[in-house]
Amino acid sequence: MASVIVDGREIEIGGHERLNCIEAARRAGQEIPHYCWHPGLSVVASCRMCLIETGQRDPATGKVTMVPKLVPGCQTPVKDGTVIVTESEKVRESRARVEEALLIDHPIDCPICDKAGECLLQDYHFEHGQAERRADLHPFTSRKRDVGPTVTLFVDRCIMCTRCVRFTREVSGTGELMVTSRGAKEEIDVFPGFPLDNKLAGNVVDLCPVGALGDKDFLYQQRVWFLKREANVCSGCAAGCSIFTEHNQDTVYRLKPRENPDVNRWWMCDDGRYGWHHLHDAARILAAGRRGAGTAACAGAFAAVEWADVVASLRADLERSGRLAVAVSPMLTVEDAWLLCSVARSIDERAFLALGHVPAAGDDESFPGGFTIRAEKCPNRNGVEEVLAAFGSGGRGWDDLLAHVAAGHADAAWVTAGYPRPWIDEPTAATFSGLSCLVVQDLFDSPLTALATWRLPAAGFAERAGTWVNVAHHAQSFRQAIRPPAGVWPEGRLYWNMLGRRGLYDPATVRQEMAAASAPFAALADDPPATGVDLRVRQLA
Amino acid sequence: MTPFKPVLLEAVGVPDGHTLASYRGRGGYAPLEATLAQKQPNDVVEMVKASGLRGRGGAGFSTGLKWTFLPKDHPGPIYLCVNADESEPGTFNNRILMEDDPHQVLEGTILSSFATRASTAYLYLRYEYPRSWHRLQAAIDECYAAGLLGRNILGSGFSLDIYLHRGAAAYICGEETGLIESLEGKRAWPRIKPPFPAIEGVFKKPTVVNNIETMACVAQIARRGVDWFKSIGVPADPNNPRDPGSYGPKLYCLSGHVEKPGCYEAPLGITLRQLVDQHGGGVWKGRRAKAAIPGGISMGLFTEAEFDTPLDFAGPGKVGCLGLGTAAVVVIDDQTSIVDFLHNSCRFFAHESCGQCTPCREGTSWSLRILERIRAGRGRLKDLDILLELGTTMGMMPGSTICGLADGAAWPIKNAINKFRGEFEDFIKRTNPAGWMVTDPVPALTIVGAH
Repeated sequence: MASVIVDGREIEIGGHERLNCIEAARRAGQEIPHYCWHPGLSVVASCRMCLIETGQRDPATGKVTMVPKLVPGCQTPVKDGTVIVTESEKVRESRARVEEALLIDHPIDCPICDKAGECLLQDYHFEHGQAERRADLHPFTSRKRDVGPTVTLFVDRCIMCTRCVRFTREVSGTGELMVTSRGAKEEIDVFPGFPLDNKLAGNVVDLCPVGALGDKDFLYQQRVWFLKREANVCSGCAAGCSIFTEHNQDTVYRLKPRENPDVNRWWMCDDGRYGWHHLHDAARILAAGRRGAGTAACAGAFAAVEWADVVASLRADLERSGRLAVAVSPMLTVEDAWLLCSVARSIDERAFLALGHVPAAGDDESFPGGFTIRAEKCPNRNGVEEVLAAFGSGGRGWDDLLAHVAAGHADAAWVTAGYPRPWIDEPTAATFSGLSCLVVQDLFDSPLTALATWRLPAAGFAERAGTWVNVAHHAQSFRQAIRPPAGVWPEGRLYWNMLGRRGLYDPATVRQEMAAASAPFAALADDPPATGVDLRVRQLA
Repeated sequence: MTPFKPVLLEAVGVPDGHTLASYRGRGGYAPLEATLAQKQPNDVVEMVKASGLRGRGGAGFSTGLKWTFLPKDHPGPIYLCVNADESEPGTFNNRILMEDDPHQVLEGTILSSFATRASTAYLYLRYEYPRSWHRLQAAIDECYAAGLLGRNILGSGFSLDIYLHRGAAAYICGEETGLIESLEGKRAWPRIKPPFPAIEGVFKKPTVVNNIETMACVAQIARRGVDWFKSIGVPADPNNPRDPGSYGPKLYCLSGHVEKPGCYEAPLGITLRQLVDQHGGGVWKGRRAKAAIPGGISMGLFTEAEFDTPLDFAGPGKVGCLGLGTAAVVVIDDQTSIVDFLHNSCRFFAHESCGQCTPCREGTSWSLRILERIRAGRGRLKDLDILLELGTTMGMMPGSTICGLADGAAWPIKNAINKFRGEFEDFIKRTNPAGWMVTDPVPALTIVGAH
């Protein structure tokens, strides 16, 4: 153990920990302002906002010797006996001067800047800056230019922290961004013909402490102070990045990565970042429907059914049909999957349960900074497989289900989907054509819904609550960010009601039951932390 | 006092003095041959340490001590970088050495590489020195042909390659770690220290960075001995344990308003007045001096009354200057405006600031804009306080920047305003009779540019 004294308060840090002054002070509850330092990037110590006073306590005499000059907190490691002073007169003056210097060439166009409200320059100026402006200035311009298909650079707002430049060099490994010119004329830019178009490009917008880098997808869509955020998990691929879904009035405006040392650290990919637009697609299935009587040649249209009636008549339809086959989508949460399997078994105790279609695209894509985009484009294959195993149906996949149905072993099928992109072609869908009852639960119409007896809406990722288990068996529980559109019940709610359970659907209760009933989910018994738990580690323990 | 006989500038004026044959005729490369045949690298380090040689590049750090910071028994490679990115305004001594006596520099470089066990040396040359470039490259070629460079030099088992690298003309590349970054092909942003270059320098390997003139001094110490070197200059102050003394000859670059500007060799410790009067032929046109830059623009200013200060490593500091720097003296006569001088100085640093650290990037440009406004007749007395605040808070010494360029930018501001405040105030009052006393903050922006 080592002790560090922050503003007179002594805190203990682990002997093996390599912390800088910013991290050590944070442990003591003191925030040292900083722009250029980021835990995921190399240290450049160039913004000089984190200048503090430090000293060393003599272990024998207890006498403190201070370093005469200010040092950058980001660059100064702490060791046993390090003294950090974050609030002295000298430090405050230095911060005020850095703030003043940064604002000399800044356009101060906060009213039309997207970053206003979550801007470090604003926040630090109110906290550490001075009210009086001493600099003599000419009228400003706020030039902007595209640096890539998703990112706009507002040149004059930049404070030259170079986080974005270091990100493209160290994490994405693509190195598109650079610093041009010198001194106060410095600018961030790309080389002509080499735009910022890597798959992690959106992260530079998150990294930007000011409004210099703007995300074209979010630009001018919403003031950030109207946004509410919910800790969610990205559904774009099997990596399961921790994210914040930022929304207002049940509309998602953007996704942001949420720091999680076990999964995505500080980053997320652009596929995930912009992969929420389907939530608000007008083509979504927005009501439960049962196909009316039609002729053999021309099936009737779907007639809307009230959800209260769905609960009863869906069960009746399926019970009447006989042998049931169920595809459990890897888009469902483990709680949804658990309830669905329970419902299926309560209808037909020999129901054939299998993993639904697992969408995939290309190969896993790794970046030098350690980030990997998975080829498997669904968030919960591992979780659903564990649930199926708990129901004695482990190892069965979508192909097994197709073969089962094609062989005529099923009279009814219930296919859960919820995929944001088209996923099934007509020949595959035709496998289900001879059934007496086909239930399809999906976001969008597909060749399969054309054959369906029941067409039920699915919930989007931000509209669900529950737990997903990623490719590394890391389970993350999350809450619902936005309400689904009117007329849509999240899957879990339907299954909960079909099981005749009382009260509102509560994923936490289901988790407790699963943890008690199934060893692989034992780790979910305690409320898992926001960063999730590794299911395998907990099993070994 | 017997007139001092130039040593470092021995070859100046000698026909074909830059050739190997001429250098050999003056006794050159004999010390190198003797060293390689009889001595160990450590002997050279000890010799340079004993001589008290301090780096000639500006900071005046002990050369021998710098070499001992290299890790012991390092498997290599270790690199030697010779800093020839001479861009401090007023400085041209490296240029004289490289153009007129390149072999002296190369001999020092080979000796220093031997001492530091470096098998590769990089000469980082300022872009604007084409003649130095040609002369040095020709000298290097001569050395390779004569077996003084390359594999197994003179049968000693010691190998050395020297690469001549031409910079792209930026002041910041003269900063030790800026030079290293530039050499690696990156933007010359000085590195944060630690790690120091002796531990992790070029290509993440231990590196020593020395000045061209330091290399020439090493060659002369090897030829003439430690005692000769120590007999010149100013001994250490016995009352100041931190003063290592200022030994040896020094090249002073004299320019500005003097009758005979030029590069003069003199023992360290000559006073500025002696330099101007004995070598420079006095202030030009019979005028009086008003001020002088003691060692490159970044060292600050001497007033005329301070001209008797000795130009050794400790002298300029005693009158509030940053140090001896590159010993480039620029004399300013009494008809020159200090406002113009400071404006020019600020313009230089605003242009050359690398832009990495906020206080320097914005401070240098802000000070330039204030001075532009003052010169345009819209100055206020309050501006002097702002300038002085910038001057005292910007730099490595207060801890607000990574490298010393900001200190160099701050010192002229600080010295000019502290030492010539009256002249600034007179200028402001004369040119801005209506507004010189205004202390209101500059009004907020009138127009915000549209997107």
